[in-house]
Amino acid sequence: MAERSFAREVEDLRLGDGDTFRGEGILAITKALLQSGVAYVGGYQGSPISHLMDVLADAKDVLDDLGVVFQSSANEAAAAAMLSASVMYPLRGAVAWKSTVGTNVASDALANLASGGVTGGTMIIVGEDYGEGSSIMQERTHAFAMKSQMWLLDPRPDHECIVKLIEKGFELSEVSNTPVMLEVRVRACHMHGSFACKDNVKPAHTIKDALNNPRRDVGRIVLPPAAYEHEQEKIRTRMPAAISFIRDNKLNEWMGPKQAKVGIIMQGGMYNNVIRALQYLGLSDAYGNTQVPLYVMNVTYPVIDTEVAEFCVGKDAILMVEEGQPEYLEQAINTVLRRKDINARVHGKDVLPMGGDYTAQVLLDGVREFLEKTDPRLLGNRPPAPDARPLLGHPAIEKLKQVVPARPPGLCTGCPERPIFAAMKLVEEELGQHHVSADIGCHLFSILPPFNIGATTMGFGLGPASTSAFNVKADKRSIAVMGDGGFWHNGLTSGIGNAVFNKHDGVFVIVDNYYTSATGGQDILSSRAINKRRNTNNSIVQAVKGIGGQWVRQIDRTYDVGKMRDTLKEALTTKEEGPKVIVASSECMLNKQRRVKPQMNKAIKDGVRIVKERFGVDEDVCTGDHACIRLSGCPSLSVKQLDDPLRDDPVAAIDNSCVGCGNCGEVAEAAVLCPSFYRADVIHNPTGWDKFKSKVAMAVIGWLQRRRDRRRPALEALA
Amino acid sequence: MRDETVRLALPAAGDATERPVSIAIVAMGGQGGGVLTDWIVQLAENHGWVAQSTSVPGVAQRTGATIYYIEAMPPLDGRKPILSLMPTPGDVDVVMAAEFMEAGRSILRGLVTPDRTTLIASNHRSFAIGEKIAPGNGIADKGAVTGAIGVAAKTEIIFDMNALAIANGSVISAAMFGALAGAGVLPFSRESYLDVVRAGEKGAKASLRTFEAALDRVQSKSPEPATPPPPKATDKAADNAPAPAAVDPRLAGLVARLTRELPESALAMARAGLKKVVDFQDIAYGAEYLDILGKLHAADRSSSGAAGNFAFTQAAAKYLANAMTYDDVIRVADLKTRSARRTRIEGELELSQDQVLQTTEFMHPRMEEVMGMLPAGLGRWLGGKPRLLGWLDRRVNKGRRVRTYSLPWFLALYVVGGLRGMRRRSLRHAIETAHRDEWLRAATQAVGTNYQLGIEILQCHRLIKGYSDTHSRGLSKFDRTLAAIKLIERREDAADWARRLREAALKDSAGKELDGVIQTIKTFA
Repeated sequence: MAERSFAREVEDLRLGDGDTFRGEGILAITKALLQSGVAYVGGYQGSPISHLMDVLADAKDVLDDLGVVFQSSANEAAAAAMLSASVMYPLRGAVAWKSTVGTNVASDALANLASGGVTGGTMIIVGEDYGEGSSIMQERTHAFAMKSQMWLLDPRPDHECIVKLIEKGFELSEVSNTPVMLEVRVRACHMHGSFACKDNVKPAHTIKDALNNPRRDVGRIVLPPAAYEHEQEKIRTRMPAAISFIRDNKLNEWMGPKQAKVGIIMQGGMYNNVIRALQYLGLSDAYGNTQVPLYVMNVTYPVIDTEVAEFCVGKDAILMVEEGQPEYLEQAINTVLRRKDINARVHGKDVLPMGGDYTAQVLLDGVREFLEKTDPRLLGNRPPAPDARPLLGHPAIEKLKQVVPARPPGLCTGCPERPIFAAMKLVEEELGQHHVSADIGCHLFSILPPFNIGATTMGFGLGPASTSAFNVKADKRSIAVMGDGGFWHNGLTSGIGNAVFNKHDGVFVIVDNYYTSATGGQDILSSRAINKRRNTNNSIVQAVKGIGGQWVRQIDRTYDVGKMRDTLKEALTTKEEGPKVIVASSECMLNKQRRVKPQMNKAIKDGVRIVKERFGVDEDVCTGDHACIRLSGCPSLSVKQLDDPLRDDPVAAIDNSCVGCGNCGEVAEAAVLCPSFYRADVIHNPTGWDKFKSKVAMAVIGWLQRRRDRRRPALEALA
Repeated sequence: MRDETVRLALPAAGDATERPVSIAIVAMGGQGGGVLTDWIVQLAENHGWVAQSTSVPGVAQRTGATIYYIEAMPPLDGRKPILSLMPTPGDVDVVMAAEFMEAGRSILRGLVTPDRTTLIASNHRSFAIGEKIAPGNGIADKGAVTGAIGVAAKTEIIFDMNALAIANGSVISAAMFGALAGAGVLPFSRESYLDVVRAGEKGAKASLRTFEAALDRVQSKSPEPATPPPPKATDKAADNAPAPAAVDPRLAGLVARLTRELPESALAMARAGLKKVVDFQDIAYGAEYLDILGKLHAADRSSSGAAGNFAFTQAAAKYLANAMTYDDVIRVADLKTRSARRTRIEGELELSQDQVLQTTEFMHPRMEEVMGMLPAGLGRWLGGKPRLLGWLDRRVNKGRRVRTYSLPWFLALYVVGGLRGMRRRSLRHAIETAHRDEWLRAATQAVGTNYQLGIEILQCHRLIKGYSDTHSRGLSKFDRTLAAIKLIERREDAADWARRLREAALKDSAGKELDGVIQTIKTFA
């Protein structure tokens, strides 16, 4: 069950001719796939692609009506391999993932697919996670497209344009027998916009048709000598076919005046910010009416030589706006111009930064410098461009730099992973620091304050594998952490199987929260919910044992910090050989709350006896040391300044977002911290017995309290 | 070469200076920034404008700082405007901050500029992890943000939107939408905002109420809901209201003595201190507090403390009270069993008549705590028997879930809380008293030669806090700090170093920074 329900958005997928779609970019892409007559869709979740997967998962009825097969793939390699359905059959298929990480995982299958070529249109939608707010290494998908020769679409961030490119992209794939990649940047994926819809199209050829009428052709299989043929085919047939199609269908766009001294070439994705930069320079209006000629490459690979030449001929200089490095396009343009002996100077990374986001601010500076060098007359009546830099030097704002605290992401309120890392901290205090390999997932936040655990992260599901070198006898053992998502993505074999086979003595912690939570809570093999369309409830412990793991401990309630700590300690010290695997399971709190909260509120309304738990801090018992926070970092556990002149430091406080997970109390108890935490149990709709018990107890307690209150000196005189 | 750039006129291609309305929402993951964004988009689209919003959910969604960005403008002759996907510093019309430090961050990013930006910010705080984990006070200075807003914003609308939303049973996004309507920066009517909120499915009523409250708040510029200013100890010292009739005459005597013997500037703190000490033990203990404080004040007088408004006595009044009211099992049991405590929790939970409350305490007593409660002689004897101690500790030392309001547990706590009669003969009291005396001796000695150093030594008591391990760690930091001060007490800048030591000790729990400063001191001491 995903974090968000897309039941309403799914309705948008049914829109047809004459309707206007309004919504998120990633949903527009999903709709475009259905308008293109896809027969099957697969992929692996991950920002910014998750919503596409979630919508399709929620859109069973729509997909069934159209006869479209949808699968949540085990990983990106599995998704890419799924595209082999289009090799022999005229089936249109699409897969999606987060790039470049997902493309890395998929590249073996992609290379094979691209070599043999395709019959049906295939499209790989990559969410290019590049620039501010990205969660991964800063690389470009462009290199993958070039090395395997897959066409790379980089449409302008505009729903109409993206939808058109998807529809045309399938045709392009078919006429050139080549898979096509569609690159959409993070912000474009989550951009709200609109486009005019078309009716959805049922696939002309279905998966069923293909299964019933199998075909094979050895010439399409990557084996010598066919593989050598493929390379020639790529060069002689597929590339020229693609170039003709792109040119004939005008996939790239020309804007602005025909004649000018200078011009700008850009990746489609850069268009909006280039227009804004031109606007700041007085060279365009808000509607894209530009005075500088623009050549917008909605297809960034292949580069269409003749179009480039036509754009550049007669110009003194052009600016290549290409985000990221290396500057593949700038190099390609230079090659085109040299070969054709066209003398326009090529600017690019000399005036624009080599790496980082090309924001409107960055482009403003770059375009201005370009024009100052090449055609300063254009800047004649330059209006004042926005510039916040002088203000940032003001002393009041300089001072702010020291004050505004960093706000790193952290585990949610009530997260079941928090007690695991609290326990690791406690073990660290006893047995010293260990080498800890982290992995991708929410648990990666343990590398940040307050836990500061984890030395490396090498890729999804590769936490255990990245301790494999530390397979020697030493005073300390290595610890590897991976999530259930990573485990099923590849960690079972690359991590656990690898450790069993190589007799690795380390400790392997599998954080099982029933979902791939970091990507929005999608179901996986070991999810405990019943999912009618998938086979869930497959045990991680059984899988580990099945692959040869001997020392396996399951902790089915991670909030038991004491048990967690003791198990870790045992794993680090036991004499038993081979990998020590700990599976720590508790449901992702975000998903649990989403599931349980409505049920609970309904039950309370219906008069059912319900106990609601919440934690609190006795502020007069708390001494303000904050050791509890250093072992927790829970968003609902905060500090507050008391109105007491005798107190210097703020005390701990729990706000009403507390979900009563119990971590505070468990940690206070296990770490022998302090007795200021309490859990308050409020019984809603109590039974008669509840009420009676409480009444009797409180009568006695009240009498005792009054007795002691009377004996206490009245301190009002000092109040 | 001739520069001809400025003289050449370039005819505008169109309305080049006309730019879309740009709105940036800075928030933390989970604050409802997405809902607010959708509302604004809907509002603009309802008026036939083209609206575009972007965000970066990703990892920032999990409590990290994140930014939502909206641009909107009417189409021109059927042509859509080209809208940007992220805010440009210096070119943002409205910045909406769902937390006060996030408002500060938006200023640092250059999103708020005096020529165009209306800043709508809630001034409540949600502390960042770095502010929370400091062993001392790590809370960032709000004043710096207020100062920067004054410089950076064209218009500011600042109030506690979170409190307003909670008071109206909704969430901050509704309050912020109301504030946006009230700001009048968008050319849309109040009714059209209301239409958008009404169209929402869940909690539309509470959202409407919150929206209207925020809108009214902005338009009438009514002051913050009248909350009485926090009672300051100084205010109370000033009004010499007659004590209520029921006051214990012995206590009244102590109050009279306090007023008579101590300087005006220390009265407020001494009253608070006396109250804490008497509350901790009894009236006789209060008298002891005044005895010791009197001696410290005498030292202050003979060190010409009058010139410094008796700052030493003020500090002594504060830290002596804290030293005398150490945290022991008796105190915890007493506090947990008081009637006021249950009343407070019931209030916090908004408990209604037909609900039943129970609380569970997470306690982990060790033999050390038990030993501390024993008479000093017995405790010391036991301390000399490690094997017996170990055997006992294995029985005592474990986590215990104490159900406070069940009769057996309450009685147990009540009895322990009632042991205060034995407290002054206990081992813990003997240890605390000896430690206290040594500390005060050091402070008294210092104040004669270096007044400020005396005060700094008193303030070092702030390092002692917590229970069990935390307490031992604090105590060890305190001892190391005092030992280091000893090394440099004759230097003129000893007080500065003492302050530096104390501040370093409060920075991290392990005391690494403190060790660093001590190393530095050792190089020249």
